[in-house]
Amino acid sequence: MYPFEYLKPADLQSAVKSASASGENKFIAGGMTLLPTLKLRLARPDRLIDLSRITELTGIRVEANRVEIGAMTRHADVARSAELRRALPALAALAGGIGDPLVRNRGTIGGSIANNDPAADYPSALLALAGIVITNQREIAADDFFTGMFSTALKSSEVITQLRFDIPKRAAYAKYPNPASRYAMVGVFVADTATGIRVAVTGAGPCVFRVALFEAALAKRFTPDALEGLSIPADNLNNDLHGSAEYRASLVSVMAKRAVAAALGG
Amino acid sequence: MSGTGFGASVPRVEDYRFITGQGRYTDDITLPGQAYAYVLRSSVAHGTLRRIDTSAASSAPGVIGVFTAADLQADQIGNLPCAWHTTNVDGSARFDPPHPVLAGERVRHVGEPIALIVAETLMQARDAAELIECDIDDLPAVATIERAIAPEAPCLWQQAPGNVAFHWRSGDLDATERGFAKAAHIARLDLINNRLVCNPMEPRTATGAFDGGKAEFTLYLSTQTPHIERLLLAKATLRAPESKLRVVSPDVGGGFGTKAQHYPETVLVLWAARRLGRPVHWAADRSEGFVSDRQARDHVTHVELALDAEGKFLALRVDTAANLGAYFSTFGPLICTFLYSSVLCGNYAIPVGCCDVRGIWTNTVPTDAYRGAGRPEAIFVIERIVDQAARDLGIDRAELRRRNLIRSDQLPWKTPFGFEYEPSDYPALLARALELGDYAGFEARRAQSKAQGLLRGIGISCYLEAGGEGPSALYLASGGGVGMFEGATVRVNPSGSVVVLTGTHSHGQGHETTFAQLVCERLGVPIEQVDIVHGDTGRVQYGIGTLGSRSLALGGSAIAMAIDKIIAKGKRIAARVLEASETDVEFQSGRFSIRGTDRGLAFQEVAFLAHAPAAWPCNEIEPGLEEKAFFDPPNFVFPAGAHICEVEIDPETGKTRFTAYAVVDDFGAILNPMIVDGQVHGGLAQGIGQALLEQCVYDPDTAQLLSGSFMDYTMPRADDLPSFTTDYINFPSPNNVLGVKGCGEAGTIASPPAVIGAVLDALAPLGVTDIAMPATPHAVWQAIRAAAQKGLAVPM
Ligand SMILES: Cc1cc2nc3c(=O)[nH]c(=O)nc-3n(C[C@H](O)[C@H](O)[C@H](O)COP(=O)(O)OP(=O)(O)OC[C@H]3O[C@@H](n4cnc5c(N)ncnc54)[C@H](O)[C@@H]3O)c2cc1C
Repeated sequence: MYPFEYLKPADLQSAVKSASASGENKFIAGGMTLLPTLKLRLARPDRLIDLSRITELTGIRVEANRVEIGAMTRHADVARSAELRRALPALAALAGGIGDPLVRNRGTIGGSIANNDPAADYPSALLALAGIVITNQREIAADDFFTGMFSTALKSSEVITQLRFDIPKRAAYAKYPNPASRYAMVGVFVADTATGIRVAVTGAGPCVFRVALFEAALAKRFTPDALEGLSIPADNLNNDLHGSAEYRASLVSVMAKRAVAAALGG
Repeated sequence: MSGTGFGASVPRVEDYRFITGQGRYTDDITLPGQAYAYVLRSSVAHGTLRRIDTSAASSAPGVIGVFTAADLQADQIGNLPCAWHTTNVDGSARFDPPHPVLAGERVRHVGEPIALIVAETLMQARDAAELIECDIDDLPAVATIERAIAPEAPCLWQQAPGNVAFHWRSGDLDATERGFAKAAHIARLDLINNRLVCNPMEPRTATGAFDGGKAEFTLYLSTQTPHIERLLLAKATLRAPESKLRVVSPDVGGGFGTKAQHYPETVLVLWAARRLGRPVHWAADRSEGFVSDRQARDHVTHVELALDAEGKFLALRVDTAANLGAYFSTFGPLICTFLYSSVLCGNYAIPVGCCDVRGIWTNTVPTDAYRGAGRPEAIFVIERIVDQAARDLGIDRAELRRRNLIRSDQLPWKTPFGFEYEPSDYPALLARALELGDYAGFEARRAQSKAQGLLRGIGISCYLEAGGEGPSALYLASGGGVGMFEGATVRVNPSGSVVVLTGTHSHGQGHETTFAQLVCERLGVPIEQVDIVHGDTGRVQYGIGTLGSRSLALGGSAIAMAIDKIIAKGKRIAARVLEASETDVEFQSGRFSIRGTDRGLAFQEVAFLAHAPAAWPCNEIEPGLEEKAFFDPPNFVFPAGAHICEVEIDPETGKTRFTAYAVVDDFGAILNPMIVDGQVHGGLAQGIGQALLEQCVYDPDTAQLLSGSFMDYTMPRADDLPSFTTDYINFPSPNNVLGVKGCGEAGTIASPPAVIGAVLDALAPLGVTDIAMPATPHAVWQAIRAAAQKGLAVPM
């Protein structure tokens, strides 16, 4: 770790102000990604702005047909929220499958979304549920938010404050974990939403993506069988020590079917 | 059994301190004035070190000293030694390349130490390391055996053309060829034994201190073998007399073989402490461990088994290339030769055999011992070829094993590689394991899985281990550089508490409990009054340390022998005090008494009298009650057993799940069944890790380590493992005082072939006949797909 200045503001305004000061500034949420990066000396920010004292960034609000989750809400709190487990059980279950208890007690939904790790779980939920990223400046639709590997539409001093989801008719997430890291080797989030069926895939490619082919098939018939024989090309998928692109392509179909089955309550 | 004696599952007395955070590891010890060291390591796998400029680093804030190979040379620090010699099959001597503490002219693997930076804080040392300028001209590198032995491969050592470090042979080639000439069938197999990183929970750590006034060194080191460290420091590297060297190995968080080597950092902290007049502390972080802890396994083997028409084994031929890495590690060549050959014939009556091993240089971290050390590799070879023969001949795998297992009336049995197995009953162990794993009922379970679209398979492995390392005579005759006995001192204090000083070391094994049980059993002293001291050359007489399932067999035997001497002396004292004849005094349940009378003295009374010698002249019986013993066994111990593994594979994902795992072991006498179970479970976790999860991967072109963190190197987790069913059929060993056989490595040795056997059995209906370890989901999926594309599926 290189030395840096550490700030822990009590309100959003001062956080944003500090973030616009000169030098390289970084927000720190749960630190589950940022801290290892710093310890390995892979990043050298001048200033860390800790968001954990800003109370307005934390909490889960469930309304009749929508859910709002503060950016600083920890994975463990999302996983165990009784309200959320009733309203949007797929999301609570996804949070409960992230990392290990220690990671879930620290890691935040905002940090995960802002980081946009190609193998993270939350991005698939946000994209499949057509969620909205609310920042201190604007609202960004999920379809416009994830712009590439580890990159998003966020500007440099922009803070995610909340995530908003419309409650879908039904939804489920099926994750096939990487055996070593337990991040998603392939994770498929399937949602039957007001605007149609949406299928989002994480882990398989450089950035979370939707599968139009599957969405069209499921729109006709929302059953695992509807996906029988359908697959996506392996061309642009990840190929690493843990799995070839072909393996990932195959897992996308397998996990999509399992997600549909789970959404149907099977 | 209750109580605290032999056979009782006494809860581990050390756990209170570990669980409450009061363990004291090397990193917990901070010496006054301690400075912090950071080791700059090579980032390239092979290259010529043209120039190293440390001037900017030397003047960086907080820096106390920056050192390179030249500084070590000026102080005549020696190279790292290899303690195992091998002779080539043609009788020629092998070339032992110099293994410098810091690389001088050439770097040969990623992670090789280049410079030592000592500063007031670790952060300052790391900052300064970034200011060191290293000019390294890249040379072409090789990481795998396959590439290293290819023609035109880059050569690591000119004196070892073709990267062959040695060519070792054991067995009788002519007789083996005659065996093969008679064969009705020959089974053949090419196998890879995957390279592993041990990853003990506590990273390697060392703190060196130097007392300038007395010219005395103290080393705190996370090691399994403190006395061997002291010996090698004295004889080879630091070259200070042992009388001026104290090595303390406090609590150690796991060793698994990888903390038994003489490492560069050990030498560096001591030397720097003398040079700087300050204690110097170094601790590896996890990333550093991945590129500097000795790695393990990494064999490529061709094996052939000759069988007659009835399926009887006639001869075994094994040809192995073993990846040594870039240098000989302390025990590296021992693991892949002598120890490998010790159980290469498995539990089978194979009359003749020949084993060739070529040690191969590559630009990788040197390889050495890891739990099982050579024997997992051997059992994998023999069990896989037996499975292959069964498949070739259409004989049930259990049946083929039964036909060839050495029967108990054939024991002791001498193998073609010169090892003599001790009494056991291999057919009974297999039979019990088959029963425990319900081998007979398997096909019904396979059908059930099939109905759900899943593939079920069952695997068998028989194993034995040459443990209790080892008989000194055999070791020294076979290439060893040190004796392999073990020592103990038993000291009885005036009020009757007992201190045992043992040359073995505990880094997870629970010796503070088990060794104390020996004392409770034999002296009748309550366990709270027994202390086990190990890991300090300043307190403990010479010993070897803990490795190779040897601690109880050797160290425990030495303790028992010393206790016998205590009892003998106690009888002499009691006889004097009670005015009886020595031969009339007996010792039982903590009491010396005159046979046939109610007159006697408690052990505690005798302990006190020994230190208050009034009843006899001290020229007849020395005062005090302290005895020492050394035990060198006549032979190895050979724990043995059988594993039955059952798995279910999801063909869509390739994921293997365990449905059952049954283990039956012969460990001889069992001192603490709970600890033995724990050792079996831990061993299984690591063997299953090798079979399904763990893989150390280097880039074949650059020899960069690709699996350099837990994000990419899959350590076994609790949910990767099944619940194990264990049972024991024990036959006491005649090869030590206690009749014990050693249990630390058994699980790791036997499980890889059982697991792979089960996976291959599950995949057999699809036409899959081979799969490399680790059989990851991806590998299984690929194997299924490849077989499907070739249309290999066989109806079942
Ligand atoms: C061992 C381990 C296992 C893991 N396993 C998984 C897994 O299985 N699945 C998974 O999805 N994830 C996994 N993670 C990641 C973890 O779940 C966190 O989600 C992730 O690290 C980011 O969240 P954080 O709160 O820790 O963010 P931080 O590490 O604090 O920050 C990450 C990045 O986001 C930025 N940031 C944080 N909050 C905001 C905000 N409100 N607005 C704008 N920018 C912000 C930071 O500046 C930084 O660049 C794992 C992590 C570890 C260490």
